[in-house]
Amino acid sequence: MTMKRISVTGLSAAGLAFATALAFAAGQYGPGAGDTEIKIGNTMPYSGPASAYGIIGKTEAAYFAMINEQGGINGRRINFISRDDSYSPPKTVEQVRQLVEQDQVLFLFSTLGTPTNVAIHSYLNDNKVPQLLVATGADQWNDPKRFPWTMGLIPSYGVEAHIYAHYILKNLPNAKIAVLYQNDDFGKDYLNGLRDGLGDKAAKMIVATQSYETTDPTVDSQVASLQASGADVLVTAAIPKFAAQTIRKVYDIGWKPTHFLSSVSNSVGTVMKTAGFEKGTGIISAAFAKDPTDPQWADTPEYKEWLAFMKKYNASANLGDVQGAIGYTYAQTLIVVLKACGDNLTRENVMKQAASLHDVAMPMLLPGITLSTSATDFAPIKQMQLETFDGTTWKLFGDVISASGS
Amino acid sequence: MEKSVSALVPEPLAAQRYGGLTSSAWRSIGVAAMIAVAIALPFLVGKYRVFELTLVMIYAIAVLGLNILTGYNGQISLGHGGFFAAGAYTAAILMHRYGVPYWATLPPAGLICFVLGVLFGLPALRFEGPYLALVTLAMALATPQLLKYFDTWTGGQQGINLVKPTPPSVLGINQDQWLYLIVLLALLIAIRVAANMLNGRTGRAWVAIRDHPIAAAAMGIDTARYKTLAFGTSTLFTGVAGALSAIVIGYVSPESYSLFLSVSFLVGSAIGGIATIGGAIVGGFFIQFVPNFANDISDAAPWAIYGLAMLLCTYAMPHGAVGTLGPLFIRLTRRLWPQRTT
Amino acid sequence: MHEFLQQVFSGLAAGAIYASVALALVMIYRSTDLVNFAQGEMAMFSTYIAWTLVNAGLPFWAAFALTLVASFIGGMLIERVVIRPVENAPVLAAVIVTIGLLLIFNSLAGWLYSYTVQDFPSPFPDRPLLHSLLTTRDLGVIAVTLIMLVLLFLFFRFTSTGLAMRAAAQNPASARLCGIPVGRMLAIGWGLAAAIGATAGIMVAPVLFLDPNMMGGVLLYAFAGALLGGITSPVGAVVGGLIVGVTENLVGTYLIASQLKLTVALALIILVLVFRPNGLFGTAIVRRV
Repeated sequence: MTMKRISVTGLSAAGLAFATALAFAAGQYGPGAGDTEIKIGNTMPYSGPASAYGIIGKTEAAYFAMINEQGGINGRRINFISRDDSYSPPKTVEQVRQLVEQDQVLFLFSTLGTPTNVAIHSYLNDNKVPQLLVATGADQWNDPKRFPWTMGLIPSYGVEAHIYAHYILKNLPNAKIAVLYQNDDFGKDYLNGLRDGLGDKAAKMIVATQSYETTDPTVDSQVASLQASGADVLVTAAIPKFAAQTIRKVYDIGWKPTHFLSSVSNSVGTVMKTAGFEKGTGIISAAFAKDPTDPQWADTPEYKEWLAFMKKYNASANLGDVQGAIGYTYAQTLIVVLKACGDNLTRENVMKQAASLHDVAMPMLLPGITLSTSATDFAPIKQMQLETFDGTTWKLFGDVISASGS
Repeated sequence: MEKSVSALVPEPLAAQRYGGLTSSAWRSIGVAAMIAVAIALPFLVGKYRVFELTLVMIYAIAVLGLNILTGYNGQISLGHGGFFAAGAYTAAILMHRYGVPYWATLPPAGLICFVLGVLFGLPALRFEGPYLALVTLAMALATPQLLKYFDTWTGGQQGINLVKPTPPSVLGINQDQWLYLIVLLALLIAIRVAANMLNGRTGRAWVAIRDHPIAAAAMGIDTARYKTLAFGTSTLFTGVAGALSAIVIGYVSPESYSLFLSVSFLVGSAIGGIATIGGAIVGGFFIQFVPNFANDISDAAPWAIYGLAMLLCTYAMPHGAVGTLGPLFIRLTRRLWPQRTT
Repeated sequence: MHEFLQQVFSGLAAGAIYASVALALVMIYRSTDLVNFAQGEMAMFSTYIAWTLVNAGLPFWAAFALTLVASFIGGMLIERVVIRPVENAPVLAAVIVTIGLLLIFNSLAGWLYSYTVQDFPSPFPDRPLLHSLLTTRDLGVIAVTLIMLVLLFLFFRFTSTGLAMRAAAQNPASARLCGIPVGRMLAIGWGLAAAIGATAGIMVAPVLFLDPNMMGGVLLYAFAGALLGGITSPVGAVVGGLIVGVTENLVGTYLIASQLKLTVALALIILVLVFRPNGLFGTAIVRRV
């Protein structure tokens, strides 16, 4: 009997050791990850009022298709499941629950929008599912203490507005500022960031604000109203269509303010060209990514690589849309994180690797801007650079500005 | 003699027995069986499906409200999303600001939406057809703006994050199952109340007003009072559905209650059968599941598939599913239903 | 004062946009007693067709003419194939069908042309007039809208087809007895409305910029304008559209809480309708028992 027990114990011990060895050899996996595949979940507004951002999801999917064709990551192919939430938070909740509970994805990546992400971040944090590289520029995604599973990527709109505020305080101290903003989280973040950046001068300097809804056909009335306030600085926090209308209207009514334009809408190919190149001359914006339609990058190897990728894998997307370059950067950042995970594809390790980026450069980020994260810093991109439009292209000026989120 | 004559007169259908039970007894068994299945369902399927089915029932209650107003009373509404939002935010603010337990938010939500509906219904008396559509459409468009504006109460763009209720531990079920059962209870109560109203005096008055307002007025029906009551009742149902949605989803924001929600309710209502009660449940299923199916069929143009589904359903069943198939079913099973005496 | 004038004029320019779509809505209502919720999306789709033709190298006016013809035929086909089956069904069924059409056109446009915003050439040069209160382009839009209005008026009043159409809409049974092909009249009505919508879209795209969601907001304001003016009156449609444009601008300028602009503008329109429930120029429908 003792003999039997020893041999049974021995066998089980050997079996356990063997299994553990196998496990380590094959990799540690969370749900959705395995030897051959990594499942990633995503929600995007492919329809509805925010559908212009859908290109980000499409570009990411195309990039992952390219990676798969090139052999995948550490031999595993990426299964990118992207669902449409029409920018409606209840739909986002539903789709994310389906991705986590039915499709069993390893993590959520690049989910777009502020209210949509707010709707799911309690659920994801409670269930310890990474909400990685959210595709929106709000300040609240850099809060590792309260939401250790949530991380953003791009600089927040508030940070960008701070940069404009500091520039105004330094170079235009007696300015009278008018603000045109979209009446939602995106626009309000700019307005609040601007107020915050101007500090106690805000009340005196901001002389007029006007908002618009995405259902408004034009913003001509708002622009005329802002001009009538006598302002000599205009800050426009608008999405591409309305930004183009604003630029054109400002020119048409003969108003010549110092015009700051949100980085979301400074694409040369879609906004500046649509509005009219001569109408946008002199506008100031900020950027962290290269605008693919900007002629100054046309001869660089990074641009050529991007162009080849777009033509082969993402042909239906508009080449002139800077959101495409941003989607590309999101995808590439994720690949860096996943490569660093190696064979340890658990949710914890994914978050850990994401929080361990040290000055990582990306081809479509502006020179000098890199990704950095740590256990207390969940804002990978913290730098932007000011630029001004000269009629053909954006001319970067000044230094790369580093701003930490508030 | 007498016996042979009376033998020629068939027993009234209502008293006939099939397998020992009257037809109304069979119907009760059928209903009880459906309810039993509904109660058992959350324990047979996964958590995500339970969540989806809970949403179906919430939409069914909302669509039932719309059916009362547009189907039975003939007043079109493109604005029920706004009342849904009102109920949702009432529940959210009560829970978040005042710590009111979730089940206690339903009556205030219903009451507030009832009052809102009556206040809306009064000016709506002046309008018909496309004009009424515009007035209700205005409600749907104004709602997100108003929600964003009064941000100290509503949380503005950020919305309000809610803590979802936990089931009493003695029951040993999970959160999704508990919420499902609560919503199921609400749905059954809603159907009961609606059936009572619609089969009674109020319902008959509503239908009379819909079909022939002048004759109805000539018969002594106070059309203004009943039309306003229809509005208030309808928004009460939709408001309670909204409150339930806030509890089940755990988050409210202005973006959640766009114009498309109001349109979806109308679509669900029409596809299910606008002047029916059962149609509301079909409508709930349509609103919840068809967009997902459409996405599976084509992720390039899913809403085109959804639109196509709407068209095909409407061609096949112009009075909605229950509205078209219901009378068909009744005709085929004629014997099971009590004869009308007129 | 200058600001007031500026708002009024840009309101008229925006209002002309709403008015042109409102004309199409009225057209369909008069000929088929239906509100076509898909009108905006049909106009947008026609504009994309024009855009494709222009990008393929056609001169503007050739593309415009081709698009008009294509839209007319398309409108007729839609009436025959999509709307005809629900002709005798309850009104709500037809409403659902037009909403379904709206979704189909919007989604197809997004799929075929992507959601990135495009610019669109305008036949009118873009020069400022009247001390920058207006541009020649705005004036062009207003002019085209008024021309369409006049043409429609002449059509309904002085042509036999117009008369037949009015008869078919008012009393289809009697019209049939008079030998009027009612089905054909309905189809022509939709075809004309589609052509009007295409014109509206092409005029408007240079101003609003072309993307699949271009007409969403416009449709809502056009609907309000058409009803304000009276859903049965083309003149009412134009006047209503212009009033909506100007009101919206003035409310946005002078209201303290400009974020409530849409709400207040709609409230004002409804207030007017309370006093005139059939719109400013609409005819009251008298029901006989």
